[in-house]
Amino acid sequence: MSELTLTVMRLGFLAVLWLFVIVAVQVIRSDLFGTRVTQRASRRDAGRPQQSAARQAPPQQRQQPAGGRARRNAPTKLVVTEGTLTGTTVALQGQTITLGRAHDSTIVLDDDYASSRHARIYPDRDGQWIVEDLGSTNGTYLDRSRLTTPTPIPLGAPIRIGKTVIELRK
Amino acid sequence: MSSTTNTPTHHTSTIGSIGTPSRRNTELALLVFAVVIPVFAYANVGLAINGQVPSGLLSYGLGLGLLAGIAHLVVRKFAPYADPLLLPLATLLNGLGLVAIWRLDQSKLLQSLPTFVTAAPRQLLYTALGIALFIGVLIFLKDHRVLQRYTYISMFVALVLLILPLVPGLGTDVFGAKIWIKIPGLGTLQPGEFAKIVLAVFFAGYLMVKRDALALASRRFMGLYLPRGRDLGPIVVVWAISILILVFETDLGTSLLFFGMFVIMLYVATERTSWIVFGLLMSAVGAVGVASFEPHIQQRVDAWLDPMREYMLSRQGVVGHSEQAMQALWAFGSGGTLGTGWGQGHSELIRFAANSDFILATFGEELGLAGVMAILLIYGLIVERGVRTALAARDPFGKLLAIGLSGAFALQVFVVAGGVMGLIPLTGMTMPFLAYGGSSVLANWALIGILLRISDTARRPAPSPAPNPDAEMTQVVRP
Repeated sequence: MSELTLTVMRLGFLAVLWLFVIVAVQVIRSDLFGTRVTQRASRRDAGRPQQSAARQAPPQQRQQPAGGRARRNAPTKLVVTEGTLTGTTVALQGQTITLGRAHDSTIVLDDDYASSRHARIYPDRDGQWIVEDLGSTNGTYLDRSRLTTPTPIPLGAPIRIGKTVIELRK
Repeated sequence: MSSTTNTPTHHTSTIGSIGTPSRRNTELALLVFAVVIPVFAYANVGLAINGQVPSGLLSYGLGLGLLAGIAHLVVRKFAPYADPLLLPLATLLNGLGLVAIWRLDQSKLLQSLPTFVTAAPRQLLYTALGIALFIGVLIFLKDHRVLQRYTYISMFVALVLLILPLVPGLGTDVFGAKIWIKIPGLGTLQPGEFAKIVLAVFFAGYLMVKRDALALASRRFMGLYLPRGRDLGPIVVVWAISILILVFETDLGTSLLFFGMFVIMLYVATERTSWIVFGLLMSAVGAVGVASFEPHIQQRVDAWLDPMREYMLSRQGVVGHSEQAMQALWAFGSGGTLGTGWGQGHSELIRFAANSDFILATFGEELGLAGVMAILLIYGLIVERGVRTALAARDPFGKLLAIGLSGAFALQVFVVAGGVMGLIPLTGMTMPFLAYGGSSVLANWALIGILLRISDTARRPAPSPAPNPDAEMTQVVRP
């Protein structure tokens, strides 16, 4: 083997190895340079129903999934904003989300104030998301009021279970 | 008004499964890449040593490709939302390790040693077994939360695995470290590698239950949270166990690995910096204490402080000294920035254990700093995917298990690479996936399998709505 061929192969191999590393990093680029950063609806709007959220909609509209539900302001995800699971996100795709300490809950709460089957969040037939307390010991709070009946969830309104706070976002 | 101008007041970055695509095709593309690179390296070694493309190229490439392909298909079927990077990264490291082992098999110097065995075919067999184990984990472990039920059984199994090498007749003493057991007719096994995974399961299950007591019941003293005595119990027990391993099995690496893994998981579970301070203090006390009266460890420390003296003593024929450490440093040095090229270095001068504990020196010499950095980055990416899996997991047990496994993996890479490069005293551990050794390859493939299972659960979109009779009956009251 000529010296030149071996040198070319040596440098070529290093180049290929690094190319692999770079491609791998490209795959996880979203992790390294931040995931899609979403704005939290400001607290003041949280309690109000859909109108104020509708005014805020235009800059965020491109995040609306194509071919999604007919409702323009349908939330697309549930975000944990306080508590040990802060930052966890669950996509809302028409499924029922259960919250509690039970291991088979969608979101397993590790919270002394939560019951094993604490609450659930589900869409009704119009696609409106509803939160329902499942007879928990310490209660589920939407904004400041304790839930007694299944209640529709306004966008960005905090739902408090023990030390955990979750909200629905677009 | 701020509400109409829409000023962002608070940012939160979101992690997790927002309509995450399964990314299996990305994995396949990377996997093809990860098989092609070792095949290229294999051809390169053959051309450099014999001047011709090695005859086994096709079968070797097909063999590795077939194994990777089967693993990919199983992931596609049983863990469709799993992380796309872990499998290709592990495959690439395993493939490169095979090439380096085959390259050292070709060395005339190593062939003349009495301990020589042709290692590459065996390593290929171990890889096949490792991938079979990986597939087994993915198929039979449907949900990682099942492991939570076996918390205390795991503790028991881990202790048994650790004690096995000390059982007379079963354990074998290989070059000063009693970490192997002999299975008649099958060869030797290093139970410590498997204990790593089982122990992570125990720690995750235990800490999930006890973490509030560990985090909250503490007194504040000089800016540190001091835990209560009864909460300190388990950490002292683990510390004592790792010290005992160190004393009776003279295995510095494994005891460091277990204790480090426990401290990492304790910190993640409780978010208390004081545990890290405690952990570092206790490991320092333990290491200094053991090193001062255990001659084997003492000798390792001496060799680390002055490898040249060790080399000279070995050259003079003094029994019990080894020139490996110095030869490894020379290998790294002669590699320089870009290396000598595959098959053109002289890392066989390390002689014994050149293809296991010291395999990184071969990469350092033949691929140079550029190659070693790339390999360390690949290890870093595996750890990053593990930590990312822990972040995305929605249950505390999965989080702790993922962080424990990736932390153990990272510690092992640090302990081995640091030892070979002379940063810390040398310990008898293997570089995950690269080094020759059946137990290590099998255990690490199982580890990757469990990480893939956790990441599949974490990234999987929640199940489709189940028909719910209650919902029909519920009367919705709109405000």
